[in-house]
Amino acid sequence: MSAPAVQVGHADYLKHAKGILSWLYTLDHKRIGVMYMLVTSASLLLGGVFALMVRAELFTAGPTIMEHDTYNRMFTLHGAVMVFLFIIPSIPAALGNFVLPIQLGVKDVAFPRLNLASFYIWVLGALFLVWSMYDSAIDTGWTFYTPYSSDNANAVSAAAMGVFVLGFSSIFTGINFIATINKMRPKGMSFFKMPLLLWALYATSLIQVLATPVLAITLLLLTLERVMGLGIFNPALGGDPVLFQHFFWFYSHPAVYIMVLPGMGVISELIATFSRKRVFGYSFIAFSSMAIAFLGFLVWGHHMFTSGQSKTASIVFSALTFTVAIPSAIKVFNWLATMKGGAIWLTTPMIYALSFIWLFSIGGLTGMFLGTLNVDVHLHDTYFVVAHFHYVMVGGTLMALFGGMYYWWPKMFGRMPNEKLGRLSALFTFIGFNVTFFPQFILGSRGMPRRYYSYLPEFQELHQISTVGAFILGLGILLAFAGVLISLKNGKRAPANPWGANSLEWYCSSPPPHENFKVQPEATDPYDFSGWKWDKRTEGYVRKASEA
Amino acid sequence: MKNFSGLLMNSALDPAGFWFPDQASQNAELVDDVYFFIYWVSVISFVIIVALMIVFVRKYKRNKPDHMPPKQSDHNTVLEVGWSIPVGIVGVILFYFGAIGYIDAKTPPSDAYVINVRGYKWAWEFSYPNGATSTDLFLPANTPVKLVLSSDDVIHSFFVPAFRLKQDVVPGRYTEFYFKTKEPGTHHMFCTEYCGTQHSVMGTRVAVDPDTNEPMMNEETGEPQLQNLVHVLPLDEFNEKLKGLGNPCEGLEASECGKVLYQSKACVGCHSVDGSKIVGPTFKGLWGSDRKFADGTSAKADENYIRNSVLNPKGQVVAGYNPVMPTYQGKLSDDDIKAIIAYMKTLK
Repeated sequence: MSAPAVQVGHADYLKHAKGILSWLYTLDHKRIGVMYMLVTSASLLLGGVFALMVRAELFTAGPTIMEHDTYNRMFTLHGAVMVFLFIIPSIPAALGNFVLPIQLGVKDVAFPRLNLASFYIWVLGALFLVWSMYDSAIDTGWTFYTPYSSDNANAVSAAAMGVFVLGFSSIFTGINFIATINKMRPKGMSFFKMPLLLWALYATSLIQVLATPVLAITLLLLTLERVMGLGIFNPALGGDPVLFQHFFWFYSHPAVYIMVLPGMGVISELIATFSRKRVFGYSFIAFSSMAIAFLGFLVWGHHMFTSGQSKTASIVFSALTFTVAIPSAIKVFNWLATMKGGAIWLTTPMIYALSFIWLFSIGGLTGMFLGTLNVDVHLHDTYFVVAHFHYVMVGGTLMALFGGMYYWWPKMFGRMPNEKLGRLSALFTFIGFNVTFFPQFILGSRGMPRRYYSYLPEFQELHQISTVGAFILGLGILLAFAGVLISLKNGKRAPANPWGANSLEWYCSSPPPHENFKVQPEATDPYDFSGWKWDKRTEGYVRKASEA
Repeated sequence: MKNFSGLLMNSALDPAGFWFPDQASQNAELVDDVYFFIYWVSVISFVIIVALMIVFVRKYKRNKPDHMPPKQSDHNTVLEVGWSIPVGIVGVILFYFGAIGYIDAKTPPSDAYVINVRGYKWAWEFSYPNGATSTDLFLPANTPVKLVLSSDDVIHSFFVPAFRLKQDVVPGRYTEFYFKTKEPGTHHMFCTEYCGTQHSVMGTRVAVDPDTNEPMMNEETGEPQLQNLVHVLPLDEFNEKLKGLGNPCEGLEASECGKVLYQSKACVGCHSVDGSKIVGPTFKGLWGSDRKFADGTSAKADENYIRNSVLNPKGQVVAGYNPVMPTYQGKLSDDDIKAIIAYMKTLK
């Protein structure tokens, strides 16, 4: 099979059409990806401000800078904004939208109009969610547990409506990705010759399409209860509040994998490219994504070991939970095996990928404590859980997002991100993250409950370390954005393939032309890096002469 | 299992004291053993992962941009299935010991001492077989105890770190758990299911000196001394305590009795007696004052107003406050309310 030639387009997608309307009406997946990146980054900063407010308040054991009711609203807003507006859409909708069609060598996703619709639905849902949460002063935490939330039924219905609208955006993107991957793969790309990012996005899309409708059912039941007085969740009406937790986690646990699977896909790309070696155990990594997607539907009850659900249910959910450990461990082992014997280039995206492995390992290993029944009974709803899911979800998604952002930025904007700032940001986020969240494992083991406005004086020292860490992490995040944004002004022009990667997006110019490729290229092995050699003049990789 | 983790614990830097509060129940020993087994599995796995990462990054550094590693095998089914096996084995072990400990804490012996726990916004009430009630939990030492929990309003969760146990307290049903206490001692208890404004101080009260009515201060930190405790007492002291709790107002005048109830029925969590605003209006100067309500009406604070406010708190809400107080129907008798009114009259 001969390698496709690098195709150079004339007008890149950024210059293809001018004016704000050309962006607002665009059907170009690349522009939609960029717009998603803009709004999810704004959400990250907003959620980050709430996080810093929470951490600042916790600097002392008693009142520090706000009242308890304000604090309760802050952690609610932090959780909801980060989960629903940042983590879930960030990698699939921003990076995925940009990269997926080009990796397939096609001009766009299968349904470009649906893609734009999903963006606007997202914007609508996001504005509605933030406005309603702010307006109703909702303080239930992002989990909206009944019957506490029943006292504030209007606020919960409104917030659930916001999440529901966002869910439609998720479903649309999922359908689009599934259809595109199924029907539009280029010649030579069977499922098992796809880049692993596509496997991860495929698995994620399946979860989005299958799990999100459960949210709609929950919302419908909440509304029926409120409008018609049917007792479903509220014990005052004869309902069962624990039922709400089942519904909530039946969606939200699979959603955890919506958050982390795309990150794993990005990491597989980064490790292979920067080790310049075919990814080890390709089919195991691909299958592990599908296994995680499937098993993710079977373990929701492990959030409820202390809820009063039956003993049998808890025992079954605990057993199922340990099965998730296997595909997760397979990925880590295979990434390490990919690095072995490679030619490792320690540049910003790779540093973020290594941070990911460090943080995800801690997140995964501490998951064993929480899957174990009697240990979970002690640790449930303490800071141990807070630390664990931040290691998985933030350590997972944020590190992969930044790694991916630095990796694909040259492709997206035709400029090389600032390497110095990039490395500095990786250092700050890594140190800041660990300083923030590692002490929380100790706090939780010692019995510090979560969602506490004030706490016992003996916990203060660890809380202060954690707060300092949060501000370092905040600085790291700002630096990460600075490192890419500054390149738009005076960054070096990016070559078509700055990293020597071999998936199809590196076969079009940076930034890609409006239509990506004039003719759909024939795919080659995405992890065969041997056809590229370094070109000093452009400081990028070019096809070897014999094959070009 | 126990010996294994015990050995590792002794050989390292006594992590138990670092990671955990006291072990005050038989269940705590079980939990800690499993915890430290996982802890060491995690530490060893993590060290291996990070060590490999560092070694590979140093050893397989890209020397020049055209450095292409030699062609090598890109899969090894035996190896890939092989490294899943230890993960699976650890999973089975953890599942087994976790489930055993969990079932144990759910299976009380028939002679377990039963205490009812009632959670409401924002306090705990513990009631004992002799009818006595308390807001701190008193337990006999070296005794199997079963707690039966219920909630008046939202979901709370009763957590005692020293016992390594927690259980959600769900309205509309009873939940329960069991443990065996060890030596006498004092431990913290927390609410661990988010329940609103006072969640973080649920059941916590500033300890008040009974003689001077002044809050007691912690001498080291200078902070008010908080009282929210589980007291494990020797059996004879425990029985003595129960007798005292059974009739808290015996031999007291009405206003003194009201003061005892003000603390033990958790009024103190939301209503101050020094004029400061907490969650609800202060009791200071309340008696006989004109109350202005959120709906624009007003009334004078007399016996009927107080009684209505206690039994139907959402009926007349003072302007500037949220309607969050639970009803005390069934928690306070008419005599109790009279005593509290008598106490209010002393707070001028």
